Formats: sequence, structure tokens, C-alpha cells
Amino acid sequence: MKILVTAKRVPDYESTIKVNPEGTGIVEAGLKWIVNPFDEIAVEEALRIKEAQGGVEVVVASVGPAEAQEQLRTTLAMGADRAILVKADRPDTTVVARILVKIIEKEQPDFVIMGKQATDDDSNEVGQMLAQMLGWPQATFISKLTLSADKTSATAMREVDGGMETIEIPLPAIITNDLRLNEPRYASLPGIMKARKKPLEEIDAATLGADLSPRIVIRKVTPPPARTAGRKVESVDELIKVLQTEAKVL
Amino acid sequence: MSNVLVYAEHAHGHLPKATAVAVTAGKKFAALSGGQAILAVLGSGIGEVAAQAAKLGADKVVTLDNAAVEHALADVTALTLKAIAEAVGANTVVFAATSKGRDIAPRLAAAMDAAIASDVTEINADGTLVRPMNAGNVFATVELVGDKKVISVRTTAFDAATGSGCPVEALSVAPVAPAKPARFVSIEETKSDRPVLTEASRVVSGGRGLKNGENFTTVLAPLCDALGAAMGASRAAVDAGYVPNDLQVGQTGKVVAPTLYVAVGISGAIQHLAGMKDSKVIVAINKDAEAPIFQVADYGLVADLFAAVPEMTDKVKALAK
Repeated sequence: MKILVTAKRVPDYESTIKVNPEGTGIVEAGLKWIVNPFDEIAVEEALRIKEAQGGVEVVVASVGPAEAQEQLRTTLAMGADRAILVKADRPDTTVVARILVKIIEKEQPDFVIMGKQATDDDSNEVGQMLAQMLGWPQATFISKLTLSADKTSATAMREVDGGMETIEIPLPAIITNDLRLNEPRYASLPGIMKARKKPLEEIDAATLGADLSPRIVIRKVTPPPARTAGRKVESVDELIKVLQTEAKVL
Repeated sequence: MSNVLVYAEHAHGHLPKATAVAVTAGKKFAALSGGQAILAVLGSGIGEVAAQAAKLGADKVVTLDNAAVEHALADVTALTLKAIAEAVGANTVVFAATSKGRDIAPRLAAAMDAAIASDVTEINADGTLVRPMNAGNVFATVELVGDKKVISVRTTAFDAATGSGCPVEALSVAPVAPAKPARFVSIEETKSDRPVLTEASRVVSGGRGLKNGENFTTVLAPLCDALGAAMGASRAAVDAGYVPNDLQVGQTGKVVAPTLYVAVGISGAIQHLAGMKDSKVIVAINKDAEAPIFQVADYGLVADLFAAVPEMTDKVKALAK
């Protein structure tokens, strides 16, 4: 069995994100970069299936800058078997999905798992678009995954507004996970050593034959409207009084 | 001139506020394109929902009453909406950015070969859109390429539409089944007598400071009920298993903008702030005076929540008398 996982290079969520003075993007100097936390959970899920079942190859693909090989090495250090980096200059979600179609056609995985969204653009689109482009079923925002004994289908529990939905999907399929699917492991020191020798293939997006023309163009970026800190109150009585008389919400 | 199709999300014979918000956005797009805003109601036994939908201010409601689209699974719904959009002459399809909307919209965009923007907060006169990124640290003004567009809109960013009634038309479009469909098994719904989190005018949220799930019931819930508020939670509280996932407020959970938001025992990570900082009045109760939540709170009370919250509950109850 082969599982394909995707992993995006994103700024650390603990970094301070600031809009650059030109208003064209964020200030990237000095940022720490990590594997998109949702994708890290996807890698972990694939590794757990590999460990439980045996005979499973875990391949991780990333679409992004050359530097994303650092993040791919991290996933290899966690235990993935090999990695594919498709080099592309700031592709939008549609372009990423089109590129992944080409990778999936070549790799023929039994299923694909990825984070439901990346914490940089917060789009939450690629998995669903990819599923439609391939004509595959999708199970999005999942927090539990169970493969059938014959591995031709899976049951997924999805985090939806108002509760948990369970659906069954034939494989191959696209699966996107929410945060509570699992707790990802840290790479061990031996894992990091081994990762250096694992295969990491680099492909130029232009060689794949995918349409790389963008569908969404960022014209400018701005910081959010600032919310100024209010003031401290000394007691519950004062709090209730200001909510009544000043804020007028009680 | 192109029409705009708006997807009507519904459950248990009821249309959530999110659908009325999507209609508002749909009407803005229709005004830009010079076409009609057409609200599509799909499902099984949807007569009552369609009647409600007719009062949301759309130009027309179209219905598809068929068991094949009953559970709003993304694959069949996307393919069917594509056929409906073609049938009604719509190049733009609008969703609310709810879990359902975000499940279906990108799949529809790929099916239509359309451009997509998710979680949109502003629709500009020149057709550009604004959407948040990086947990709300950045707002991007974006342009979609091509004539076909799929958009999901943030439910707190637009008002709910209302209207006095419009024609309801049954579509002659048949559901379009995918080759290898997903199958609905079951849904386990969180039962609550409190207001819906994303629609409530008051929200009380708890964080890790509550220490366990029982305290959400014994300490936080009485304040929610005294205020008539919905209950919310931080990711930390949900991850720790104190409360169900659908209470999570933040970048990856729900976005709320009530009149009053009370954050109890929540430190205020940027990911949480992304989901609540558009609230009108924010109150923070936290024993750590340095907690980042105080930087966005209108009123901060540095106190032990286990003393302050019951006291506040009693005093709010006394006000009501």
C-alpha cells in the first residue's frame, strides 16, 4: 500500500506576522519556517497506518520554494520513506491542485492525506479541488480514520458544524484532516540521521505539463484593523457596572 | 449579465443565519453583474425550507427535492450545483464559509473550472475581494481570474438578508451522481439548549484555565445561562477534551462576532483572537495580568475565575429580577 501525504512550508504560527511596507506580502526576513501543523498530523496518521499494517510506503510531496526541502527532511525524520519537492513560485491553490494531479497520476497512491488548511493562506481548498480533478471521493476535516480490512474503502469521522459526521468512502480518495486526528511525534535523533539518506526528488513544476496560470491574484495586503486594549476593572461589581452603563450590553 | 447562484445550507427544516448572510453577498455580486440572485435549496422533503428561503430577499428560489442530495455530500452536491448553475445562467456561486460550504465550494470550483476565494470578508465595487490570511494577521485584496467564480463568505462579515417573498421554482435538473460516491453513515449532533454559537448575540468561552470538562458544566455553563449566551471554547480546551470540537472559536474553528464576548481562562493566542476579535465588546477574566487576551479586551478583570465567574453569575441573575 502506498500513502501520499502533502506538506507545506509555512511560517511558524508563533512568529509575529507583519505586512511589508510595500503592502505586497508579509515580512519574511527572520521568520522561522515549519511544516504546516495540519500536514504534520497527516504525516503522523500515515506513519501510524504504516506501523500498524506493514508493507506501507509513505511518500510526502510539497509544492513550493527550494527551501521546502527542509520541511520535507523533517517529515522524513519523522519516518516517511521518501519525498518529492515540486518547485513552484508562489502557486495558488488551483495551481497546487493541478500539480498534485500530475504527481498522483505518477505515484498511484492508495489514498492521499493532507491537512485541511495551511496556516499561512488559510484557504482550505486544495484537497477538495484535487478530489474533483481526479474524480475521487473526499473526506474532509476528519478526526478519525478507519481503513476496511481489504483496504478498498475507509470510514471517516468528520468535524462539522454542530457535531461529528461519519461517512464511508471508496479508495482511492482524498482525505483532509482536522487538528484532533492525532498528536504528531517529534523526529528522533536517529530519525534525523536516517532522513539525510532518504530519497528527496526535486522536480521543476514547469516540466510536469500542468497548467500553471493562476486563478487568484493578490493585489495588495493590509494589516487588520487594530483593536486597542481597553482597561482593567478591579472587581466583578465594577465589571457589571461598566457593561451596563458604559458598554450598554447588559 | 450573469446570474448568481447562492447555496442554501439547511438542517432539520431550518435555514441558519449563515444562509441569509450568503444571500446578502450573492445580492452584492448580482448587483455587480446586473443579474439575479438565485437561492438554491437542495435536499429531501424541503417544502418548508423553500418557503422560508423565499423570505430571504433573493430574486428567486429554485429547489431540487431528491433523496440523492439529502445529506449534502460534497461530491454529488458539487456536480449537481454545477448543472444547476448552468441551467439558471449563473457564473458565480456563493456559499457561507461554514463546514458544509467549505467542504463543497472548492470541489464545485474545480468542477466548473472556476476561480475560488474562501472566507471572503468584503466585496468591492471593482469586483476585487478581501479575505483574511495568517490567522487574521493579514487581509489580502484579491482578484479572481476568469468569468466563473465560486466564493465562500465569512458569516460575521455581512448582515443577514431579509425579504417579503419571491417566486419558488422546482428545477427540472436531476442530481448528478459521481462515479465513486462517498456514502453518508451517520451524524452525531451536539445537543444544546443554548443559542447557536455562530448566531448568538452573547458568547461565553472557556479555556485551559477551566482545568477540566466538569468545570465547563458547573462554573461556565451557569454564566452562559444567566446571560442567555452561547458557549464557546479555545482550541486548548477542545484539544484537552473538556468540550466538543464544534465549540472551538478561532482560526481553525468558528468565527464569531457577538455583541458581548466573555473570555474566561483563555490566554488569547493569536489563533483564538482570529475567531473573536470582531466582537463588539470583549471581556476577559484571567488570573494572569500579562495574558495577551487583555490586549484586545475592552474590559479586563484579573481574578481567579473560580471566584469571579460564580460571583458574576449571581449578580447577572440578580439584575434580571
